[in-house]
Amino acid sequence: MREFNFTVSDPDGIHARPAGLLVKAAKAFESTVTVFAGDKNADMKKLLALMALAIKQGQTITVKVEGADEDAAAEAVEKFLKDTF
Amino acid sequence: MQVATGKSILNGIAIGKIKVYRAPRLVISDAMVNDVEAELARFESAREKAVAQQSALYDKALVEAGEENAAVFEIHGMMLEDDDLIDAICEIIQKQQKNAEYAVKTACDNQARVFAEMDDPYMNARSADIDDIGRSMLDFLMGNDLSSLQGSEPSILVAEDLAPSETVRLDKSLLLGFVTREGSTNSHTAILARSMNIPALVQCGEASADWDGKTAIIDGYNSCIYIEPTEDLMASLKKRREEDQAKTALLQELKGKDNTTIDGKTVKVYANIGGPSDIGAVQQNDAGGVGLFRTEFVYLNSKESPTEEQQFQAYRHVLESLAPKQVIVRTCDIGADKTVDYMKLDAEENPALGYRAIRICLTRKEFFRTQLRALLRASAYGNMGIMFPMIISVRELREAKEILEECRQELLGEGVKVGEYEIGTMIETPAAAILADELAEECDFFSIGTNDLTQYTCAIDRQNAKLEPFSDTHHPAVLRLIQMTIEAGHRHGTWVGICGELGADLSLTETFLRMGVDELSVNPKSVLPLRKTIRGINLKNDPCGCGGS
Repeated sequence: MREFNFTVSDPDGIHARPAGLLVKAAKAFESTVTVFAGDKNADMKKLLALMALAIKQGQTITVKVEGADEDAAAEAVEKFLKDTF
Repeated sequence: MQVATGKSILNGIAIGKIKVYRAPRLVISDAMVNDVEAELARFESAREKAVAQQSALYDKALVEAGEENAAVFEIHGMMLEDDDLIDAICEIIQKQQKNAEYAVKTACDNQARVFAEMDDPYMNARSADIDDIGRSMLDFLMGNDLSSLQGSEPSILVAEDLAPSETVRLDKSLLLGFVTREGSTNSHTAILARSMNIPALVQCGEASADWDGKTAIIDGYNSCIYIEPTEDLMASLKKRREEDQAKTALLQELKGKDNTTIDGKTVKVYANIGGPSDIGAVQQNDAGGVGLFRTEFVYLNSKESPTEEQQFQAYRHVLESLAPKQVIVRTCDIGADKTVDYMKLDAEENPALGYRAIRICLTRKEFFRTQLRALLRASAYGNMGIMFPMIISVRELREAKEILEECRQELLGEGVKVGEYEIGTMIETPAAAILADELAEECDFFSIGTNDLTQYTCAIDRQNAKLEPFSDTHHPAVLRLIQMTIEAGHRHGTWVGICGELGADLSLTETFLRMGVDELSVNPKSVLPLRKTIRGINLKNDPCGCGGS
């Protein structure tokens, strides 16, 4: 399993449209990708659940990646988060 | 004649017959089905059609309303692909053996409720998106065809409410305007209608099905609709509509064109605004940006000193709505003729020369910092310029910049994102114009406020009608100060604009261009005529036509 933290600096937080792109990025891999925000968590491959976390600017999230391609998946998702949010 | 009021989303006039638009009522039974597989297939087929429809709406909105406004349909498409939503619908069909319509409606209502109950206005608004995609799937399942609802003649539609996707699906050649009983001025529907230039009223509680077939006028300027209007009213509003059409024609002619003279000199033409309510006017008149955003509204519309958060929301809204266009914000210019009780300013003998603007800000630093922090936070949402008014010395400008920098460091320390911004000085005192060389070294741009510059240069109180015979709006001393300011700015790489009333005086446009002005910022109404004037000027002709200089 791979795990990393990420702090959101985008003023809008993880909002609808880029959240959709994030889902697409996660879906490219077989591994399960789970986002932990506060006391809630969501499958990163599910847009509505991800949006329902209402992740805001300044919030630190933990991402856990587990599966056959977890190294590549963790790397790609982390890069996407850094570039977008 | 009947008059009904609502909230207007566009300053425009629509005249025509009313067509009452009734979306088909969704009567959904909770009937059980025998063939679960067939029902799952019905749902999947409707879902796929809905995905294709949202994609087609995205393409259509892209052309009619631009990328920013089309994005909502891209989100809808992604929501329709959401595994949780699909699973929830399939489960209702499989486990409860309900029909697909019931399953779609129930699952979408549940999801919409999740968003509606969140403690976040942005997410709350997403429940309308869920309603919209649910509706789209239901229309396919039930075979509803919306195209027949609009009738075959151009008309004003009257409806309970319109979803964003309905608004885009409507045939624009048959849509003169619309009136809804529900809706809000910030909805996607309103934004789409505005960008498609469709006069519309929302929250018109008196809208009635009895209006069907009657002649009506939507008066967007006065936020009302006249049913069976009098002949006089019809004549006067037809005239107004013609003026609008002339403006639209001018807009068509100039849209996307540079403000370049015949001999190739380009200047920026911006608009002056007094608050978020003017955003529409900036867009409708195709201004290149905002050269003067007066922030007094946040102070004057408040009973107590506005908080950082209140100011931030207002500035962000303007910046975000107009991005990537530049918006130059003038910091607080309270004092003189604009006062508020909570600031407890003493009455003065000579307020125009008194305790105002930057003079208040540099002595009440906490008050100033509140605005600067709000502006810096908003700077992350667009293209901002920050401009200080009533500067008379380099020391004042430096001090204001220091406080701004302190606020920026403070915000960065708090982990708050701050955007890039330009810093400018308002040149509205003779002192500033004379010191323009020194001031230019300290800032990115100048904006010349000609109203105050004229009053201070000529010692003419602009509110005293008796002084009219002595006043000369083209006073050579003022024009010379403007020229000095432009030249000084350019010596130091500082660009120079004019944001006072003289900027809109078309008889001076050529003079200002010859002086080398980089930007003219005028009231939104004057933007298009000014742009047309600029495009007709040839600076190679008549080199002596330099007005008073």
